[in-house]
Amino acid sequence: MQNIRLIIVLIGFWAFTQTTFAANTAGQSSENEFDPMEMIMHHIADAHEWHVISYKSDGEERHITLPLPVILIDDGLHVFMSSAFHHGEEVVQKGQSYYKLYHGKIYKTDAAGSIKYDEHHEILNEKPIDLSITRNVASMWLSIVLIIWLFTTAAKRYKGAPAAPKGVQSFVEPLILFVRDDIAYAQIEKGKADKFLPFLLTLFFFIWINNLIGLIPFFPGGSNLTGNISLTMVLALITFLVTNFSGSKSYWGHIFWMPGVPVPIRILLSVIEFIGLFTKPFALMIRLLANITAGHIIILSLFSLIFVMKSAYISFVSVPMALMMFMLELLVAVLQAYIFTLLSALFIGMAVHNEEH
Amino acid sequence: MGLLTPDPGLVFWSALTFGLLVFILKRYAWKPILQAVKSREETIEYALAAAEKAKAEVEDLNATKVQIMNDAKAERDTLIKQARELKQSMLDDARNKAQEEADKIIASARLQIEREKNEAILQLKEKVAEFSVDIAGKLLEEELQTTDKQQAIIDKYLQEVNFN
Amino acid sequence: MEGLSLTTIGLGLIIIGAGYGIGRIAQSAMEAMGRQPEISSKIQTAMIIAAALIEGAALFAIVVALMKG
Repeated sequence: MQNIRLIIVLIGFWAFTQTTFAANTAGQSSENEFDPMEMIMHHIADAHEWHVISYKSDGEERHITLPLPVILIDDGLHVFMSSAFHHGEEVVQKGQSYYKLYHGKIYKTDAAGSIKYDEHHEILNEKPIDLSITRNVASMWLSIVLIIWLFTTAAKRYKGAPAAPKGVQSFVEPLILFVRDDIAYAQIEKGKADKFLPFLLTLFFFIWINNLIGLIPFFPGGSNLTGNISLTMVLALITFLVTNFSGSKSYWGHIFWMPGVPVPIRILLSVIEFIGLFTKPFALMIRLLANITAGHIIILSLFSLIFVMKSAYISFVSVPMALMMFMLELLVAVLQAYIFTLLSALFIGMAVHNEEH
Repeated sequence: MGLLTPDPGLVFWSALTFGLLVFILKRYAWKPILQAVKSREETIEYALAAAEKAKAEVEDLNATKVQIMNDAKAERDTLIKQARELKQSMLDDARNKAQEEADKIIASARLQIEREKNEAILQLKEKVAEFSVDIAGKLLEEELQTTDKQQAIIDKYLQEVNFN
Repeated sequence: MEGLSLTTIGLGLIIIGAGYGIGRIAQSAMEAMGRQPEISSKIQTAMIIAAALIEGAALFAIVVALMKG
């Protein structure tokens, strides 16, 4: 009963925020008006600079940001720091071209930096190939430094005679064994699983640690890497490639020529199975993206409430609820890493399984 | 939807980074860790198996010990039983022999007694005969002196004699 | 996505359907685990897989709805 009451309260709040959002988007008159939608979108999107903190001095808003390198491929390679854009206020000239940072994306413009729209409000300006080290890339590198440090430190302890786990080793070993026994060995036939273990282990810890870094609300965290479709797409694509390149004969047989059913159904099944080949990694991609992004949006919405209502008293409601969401997100962080890895292992297990009829 | 449009830069970097991460971790973390864990598991399994074996051996030894003790007990019991039987049989034998001996002695004693008795009777008879003869002689001496009486006896006998 | 559009209603319907489906899966899985606790790890795996499939379908619908919206 308590849960139901809680859900009703949550829905009530959600509806409330929705109406305020709607009201806000409807009346975008004042510049200083707090726009939660924009704030949230800004936080969950990628950026060319790493925002540390904002403060007000002399009535003016100032931001401390960490500039990140911009790498553009457009008639040659252009590398410069993102601080050159001055948060999108200035146009950067490189060779014959001018570049402008507009809503987190870099466009080619004229010297004045004008952005042209078509009738559907789509930007017409050309985009250079942007290989910049964005906030997400920087955050990812931070995470891999952390991961490599964690596991190489643990690995060092395994040298020499077998001993009881100690320190960081006793933290990572149960996790490694969990991935090995409950994910890899449970889904993939023994003997074939060892080949995929490095991939599955890396996948699990990479997603988990990045989920956790995304939950840190201040500077070195707060990026929405695992909630970004680019990353989830890459991970799902890797799973797709690993799965299909290790597909056994009976796996392909079951996809294109299902044994033991009449021919018309075989044709139908092969179509369904073929589509299924792509939908499975697609679902992986969307699941991780949606779960992590949704978590970020909910927490940010709860905090936005305080500013939307312009009342500090709302924090008595929104802070405990945000805290609860944080707890839930901690669970979701590991759960999504687990599910992504488990399903990857499952697909691989199905692919390598050699059925003898 | 900006959320659902992949960004080529991030795709490129994340693919590169993840590939590198898999490579590095495989080389420097997963391989040593997994190998060490596996070897440790094997060691533990081996140790456990050895312990199990040792336990089985101890149990075996215990069983053997119990077996031996039981055997010894059984042997002792049989020995005691045999000894008891032997004793009994010896006793019985001795008793039987003694009985027999006694019987024999008694029998021979009886025989002896019989013989002695017969002899004594014989001797007695001889003595009685002697005495009888003596007495008869004496009687005859006495009787032959008084003729009347002799005549009377002769007459009596003669009367008794039937001559038909 | 201005205010209450058909997209929003569609998203709600998707959530109701997926939520009901996953709820049923979880219910059955719990009951099965209660009945046979010794194979609960297998049931759990099967539950997660089934839930993931439903969730996948729901996510598709959400993606389509968001793209159309």
